[in-house]
Order: sequence, then structure tokens, then C-alpha cells
Amino acid sequence: MADVAVHDTGHDDHAPDHDDHGAHVTSTGLSNNKLAMWIFLGSECLLFGGLISTYMLYRGRHSENLGPDQVWDIPFTSASSFVLLTSSLTMVLAVTSAQRKDDRNTRLWLTVTALLGSLFVAGQVYEFTTFYREGLGFTTSLFSSSFYTLTGFHGVHVSVGVIMLLATTGMISKDRVPGDKAEVVELVGLYWHFVDIVWILIFTLVYLIPA
Amino acid sequence: MALIERQKTDVLVPAVVTPSSTYGAFRRPVETTGWKSWLFTIDHKKLGIMYGAAALFFFVVGGLEALLIRAQLAGPDGTILSADKYNQMFTMHATTMVFLFVMPMAAAFANYFVPLQIGARDVAFPRINAFGFWCFLFGAIFINTSWLLGGAADGGWFMYAPNSSVPFSPTHGIDFWALGLQITGIASLTGAINLIVTVINMRAPGMTLMKMPIFTWMILVVQFLLLFAIPVITVALFLLMFQRVFDATFFSVEAGADPLLWQHLFWIFGHPEVYILILPSFGIVSEVLPVFSKKPLFGYPLVVFSGAAIGFVGWGVWAHHMFASGLGPISVAVFSVSTMAIAIPTGVKIVNWTMTMWGGKITFTTSMLFAIGLIVQFTIGGLSGVTHSVAPSDTQQTDTYYIVAHFHYVLFGGAILGIFSGLYYWWPKIFGKMLSESLGKWNFWLMIVGMNLTFGPMHIIGLQGQPRRMYRWTENRAGEGFFNLGFWNLVASIGSFVLGIGILLFFINIVVSHRRHGPAPLDPWDARSLEWMTTNPPKEHNFDQIPVVGHLDEFFHRKYEDRGDGDHHEFVQVATAEEIMADQEAHADAHIHLPSPSYWPILLALGLPVMAYGVIFNFILIPIGAAIVLLSMFGWSLEPHTAADADYDPPPSSGGAALEVADHG
Repeated sequence: MADVAVHDTGHDDHAPDHDDHGAHVTSTGLSNNKLAMWIFLGSECLLFGGLISTYMLYRGRHSENLGPDQVWDIPFTSASSFVLLTSSLTMVLAVTSAQRKDDRNTRLWLTVTALLGSLFVAGQVYEFTTFYREGLGFTTSLFSSSFYTLTGFHGVHVSVGVIMLLATTGMISKDRVPGDKAEVVELVGLYWHFVDIVWILIFTLVYLIPA
Repeated sequence: MALIERQKTDVLVPAVVTPSSTYGAFRRPVETTGWKSWLFTIDHKKLGIMYGAAALFFFVVGGLEALLIRAQLAGPDGTILSADKYNQMFTMHATTMVFLFVMPMAAAFANYFVPLQIGARDVAFPRINAFGFWCFLFGAIFINTSWLLGGAADGGWFMYAPNSSVPFSPTHGIDFWALGLQITGIASLTGAINLIVTVINMRAPGMTLMKMPIFTWMILVVQFLLLFAIPVITVALFLLMFQRVFDATFFSVEAGADPLLWQHLFWIFGHPEVYILILPSFGIVSEVLPVFSKKPLFGYPLVVFSGAAIGFVGWGVWAHHMFASGLGPISVAVFSVSTMAIAIPTGVKIVNWTMTMWGGKITFTTSMLFAIGLIVQFTIGGLSGVTHSVAPSDTQQTDTYYIVAHFHYVLFGGAILGIFSGLYYWWPKIFGKMLSESLGKWNFWLMIVGMNLTFGPMHIIGLQGQPRRMYRWTENRAGEGFFNLGFWNLVASIGSFVLGIGILLFFINIVVSHRRHGPAPLDPWDARSLEWMTTNPPKEHNFDQIPVVGHLDEFFHRKYEDRGDGDHHEFVQVATAEEIMADQEAHADAHIHLPSPSYWPILLALGLPVMAYGVIFNFILIPIGAAIVLLSMFGWSLEPHTAADADYDPPPSSGGAALEVADHG
């Protein structure tokens, strides 16, 4: 819950723009919104820190035949990781388009980013379903509980990001972005890249390092 | 979703506020008086008052819970509470005092005074500010509804696992606790982000970080602590919720889990939390002591840096709560040493406060008495804290009343005395009325006598071995002579009622003072910082003219000029507060656009308890609550931050630049 509420505040608050470019006199010269987003992401590090620690503590606690070595499908997860990392590239393209005030391409790249993000989430749903069919339920072992909790939280973050991307796209099409459009896109981008970076950590620690 | 018309607020011309166009289903709230003006407000001052009122309400609730506990323990074989009710009582007493009184009370002061102290017109994100308040209030009410819905949480405020699992606590109390704290946690987290941005970005011109009032500094440190501590408790609470609601086994020993995981997660949050509770009060007394000693704060940079040092070292001491859990010699040694080390910056502060008073012209107002009370009482608590850092000694003291004595001396003697000091100091600023000094002195002395009678004996009964959380004691095991547990338990119970009367006097003081007293003088204490450079209570836009800051203690330096030479200072009054105010009004900024009220913060916050009730009673409520949250988010994001110039009535003059408060968020 905490995350959802705060993401929202991060992405839909914009500097006032009587002068139309969102510039506001601040003590540091940084925009309030951008500073707030960075501070919020700092807090998120501790959230994932706690979840990752829990997983690392419990990753070895499972029955003989339902541990990481038995259930992981590394090629599949590598492919979905590739999809997610690619979405960071398209996000960058969206931000540069927004900075060039090119609404058409901004919308295009935001949509592509949202699609790639959705594809990743779909992959996660498929992966969870497969694991569940193989007998790895949420309460099967400490390993499974902590695995589903950690990756589930990440999945929720990606989903929230997708909603943010689509909402931003919609607001740009209807020309209803209050404030500086480029900054709004950049804020969503900051969040999106953060979620990607967290995935790099999770993929390495959870999937790649042998149990 | 609705797009909302923005209220026009040109404060200099109190024109009739009429929406000139609407953006959909709802109109933006425009009321400036009546209950709607409070419910939908995003004014940091109104929110500060609401934070304070709600916090004081929960202070009374937590106080009554404490009195029930002491009544139960006053004599042998107490029968007032059952064992089960007693467990709920001490759990909720601590939860209420920590999360629902001291934290929101600090938030009240921070909300109200940080923008004023840095010469800003509001916080960086006024709507998020309102959202945070409603999260706190709804979360607090949510936790307390558990009393009526099957019983409150009963695992102690640190809710150790596996005792907090369903087999040991089958009622919904702990579910309410975990979910409710999750909601109040959102309040703390959003508040932290908001205040950090405010302090970093919205200081008046000329106010460098080292010219910032010390209270604002301490609040800044606290917000960083909150920022990094809250997500850790969030994780812990989620794990606990999954354990209780979805049958996960994160803390079940029989499933191979490590219950120490909870202790680590809780105390990584919990120890910074201790400084979250105490540092705002340190900030308050660091404002109060110089004013009533007529001297600048001794060693301002040292007070700032020791506050920051406490903020850093506070992250490295959490395992001293766990010495009895068998961490191993190296961990114990490391955390022992770091715990001893954190006493140093705290000691630095105490020395600085004492040196501030040294040689000053001290006036013993009630506020000053409370500040001095903090120095004395907190020092006692701090010293017993150092005894905990010695692991072998701590192992003996763990879970005895000695611990209870210690943390009440630092929290009551520290945090709460500081809060009362602040209440007496800033009351005329907030409400424009002085609190009665004579009643205030009774209030102070009864509280001091009461707290020492209550918590002092706990050192004795604790070292004698009376465990905390024991719901009754029997005469035949109570010991003989001076160390008779029964005698000291009775003294503590009598003390707690003295304390209760002392606090009651504060509320009587409010009523009496508001009936009898006329308006407070503009600058009743000859104060030093910017919040006093405006009317009592401050105007909606805080300052007619944003001050340009040249000094630490800017207001003092505008009133007094140093006529001495070299190291000899001789301050001569050159202006009165009234003259400075008149000058401000004469140079008032032309156009001040204040952020407009909004429906969305309260609506968004309302969705959260709905979801939380859903988790406990019926999952159908979860999507309903989520829908409220999501729709409110869209309403919020589509709400225009600033209306077009044509929507202002009258439109701002084309020549003069419009001056704006940050009105996003």
C-alpha cells in the first residue's frame, strides 16, 4: 500500500508553471518534484533491502526436491529480464522525446515501455503459475514464501509503473498534464529505471547465484 | 475523473471566491470557514493544529491505559484487569504513546513551524501533507477500533515473533496493529519526503543550512531517519501480515524459521525510532533555552552536528535490544561499543544546553522549566541507558522494570517534557493567547513530581527482578524492608495519578486561558527565530514579505544591534517586533497565490482503512478500497495546480510578477 500511494504522489505532482516551463525558484535550483522522487527512491532501497535480506536468509530452507535448482528456468527468466532491461532503453527514448517537446514520439515510446513492462509482468505470472503447478505454493517452504514475497513486491512495482506510463500517455494525448510535461515523463522514468535496477539485483541474487 | 476548478486566492484582496469555470463532476472546495475548511484544507498550519489535537487526544487515551495498568499493579493480586486485558493494555499504551502521540505531535510542530522558521509560505507538497495527516488519523482510529472488534493487539509494542503468530494470539488484535501501523507509516513516509524537500529547497533567500533554526535542523535529521526506518518496519509488518493472514511461516520455528529475523527488522526500525521520538524535543528545547537565557545557543554548529551524528550512529546500535538473544560475542561487543559511543553526541547536547544557560539572564517561565526539566530528567534516563550498553549488566536487566524505568525517563522525561515546553512556548504563536503561567507552574511541578514518583521506583523494583509485563504480583514473594516490591509498586501507582492530575491541569489551563486572556502580545518572549516575525496567529500566507536572511537568529538581529567592539558584545534594541511587522506590511509582496484546498487527500486516505478492514474481515472490501485509492489518484493528478490567470478574480496585474507558493502536491 505504501508504495502505491507514494508513487502516485511522485508522478503526478508538478512544479507550478505560470511561466510555462515549470521552473520554480528553489534554494538548490533543483525542482521539488525531482528531489522528492529521488528521496522516495532512497527510501525504496531500504524496502527492497529488507525483502532481499529475508530471501537471502531463507533461500536454503526448502524440501529436497523443490529448491531453486529444481524450479528455476534460467533461459526463460533471462529472456524476461532482457525485455525489462530493454524497456529502460525505450523509457530513455520517451524522456528525450519529451524534452524535445515531441508529443507523438513521447506517447509512442511510453506505450512501448508500458508494453514491455506488461510483457515482463505476464512472464512473471506465467513463471509463478508454472512453479505452482510444480508444487511450489506460497506456504510450501520458507524459500517459497520469501521468494514469492520478494518477486511479488517487485512485480507490483512494475505494474504500478505500467499504470503510471499509461496514465501519462493518456494525459499527454488529452493535453491534460498539469505542469511541465518533460519533467513528468522524467519522473516516471526515474521510477522505472529504479525498478529495473532492483530487478538486476534480484535476478543476480535470486536466480544466478547457485543456492 | 473530475477535473476541478481551482479556487482563487489572492490574499491581499479578500475578494469573493467564486469558481469561474468547472472541470467536471466536482467543484474544488472553496470554504474558508467552518468544518469543510478544515476537512479539505492543505494549509500547513491548519494541518499542524489538527495533528496536534489528534495527538493530544491519543495522549489522553494512552494515559488512561497507563493509569489502568498502574491501578492493576498498585496492590497485590490486582483484579482490575484480566491477564488478557492487561496484555492488550500495555501493548496499546506503548503503541498509542509512540505512534499516535509523540510521532504525530512532532509532526504537528514540524508542520506548523518548519515553513515559518525557514521563511516559506507552505511546505513543498501541501496536498501530500494533508494526505499524510488523514493517513495518520485513519490509521490511528483503525487500530483503536480493534478494542470493539474482538480485542486489541496483545504482543507488546515490539510484537516479538513467534508470540505474535495466530496460535498464540488468535484474535484480530495483531492484524489491526500491523495494518494500522502500515497506514500511519505512509503518513510518516510522505511527511518525511515532504519536509526534506521543504527544508532543502524552500528556505528564504540568504538562509544557508548553518543559519537555519536548530529546531528545523533536528526535524530534518528526524525526517531522514523516518525515510529510511519506515520501509524496514513496512517489510516486517508485511511479513507478519502474510504470516497471520496467508499462513506463511516467516517466523514459525517449527517450520525452520528464524524468529530473530523479526527482532532484527523491528529494531533496525525501532532504534532509529527512538531518536525519531527524542530529536524533535531536543530541537524544541534548543529553541527555548536561548530565548529564556537571553543568549544565543552555545555551540550551535556542535548541536547541529551532534544531532546529525546521533542520526548516523542511531543506525548502528539496534542489537543492544537483543543482547539476551544469544547474538554471539563479536556482535555483542560491537553493539556495546557503538551504544556507548552514541552517548557522546547526546552528552555534547546536554553540555551545550547547560552552557547556554550559564551566565544568561534566565527567566523561569513554564516553557523554560519544562526545558530544564528535560535536561535533568533525560540525563538520568541517558545514564541508565549507558548501563544497558554494558552487555553483562544488560542481560540481567532485560525485560525487567529497570528497562521500563529507563525508557520512561528518556521518553517521558525527554520527549514529552520537550513537547510541553514547546506547547507553552508556541501556544501564543499558534492561537494568539498566552497560557496561564501560574497554572503552568502547577502543571510542571505536578508532572515532575509525578513522573519521578512513578518511574523512579521502577529502577528499584526492576533491579530486584520484577519482570515487565507481569499482570499481578503476590505479597509473599515481594521481599522485605526497603526493597519490598509492594511498597514501591504502590508509590509508582500513586505517582502515576499525580502525573495524571498534572496533565489534566494542562487541559484546564487551555480552557481557562482561552476564556480569560486577551490577545497575546506580538513577541511575548523576545524570541529569536523567524516564526515570530509574523502575526499571532500567522496570516494564511505566513509572511507579507518573504524575509531575506543574514543571520542565524534573524529576528533577534533585526531587533538588536551589536554596539560592542571586538569580543565584547553589547546588544542594543534598535527595533520592536511591531516596527518590524509594520515594515513587512509596508513592503508586502504583490500577489501571493496560495495552494487551494482539495477533496482528494482525504478521499485517497479513506481508501486505505477500507482495504485494511478487507484484509481482516472480507476480501471484497480490498478491491473497493483499492478503487477509491486509484480513482482519487487520478482525480488528484488531473486537478490543475494553478488555474489560468483568467480564473483568478481579479486577474493578477500583468506588470508585477506573481509570487507563488509551491502549490503542487
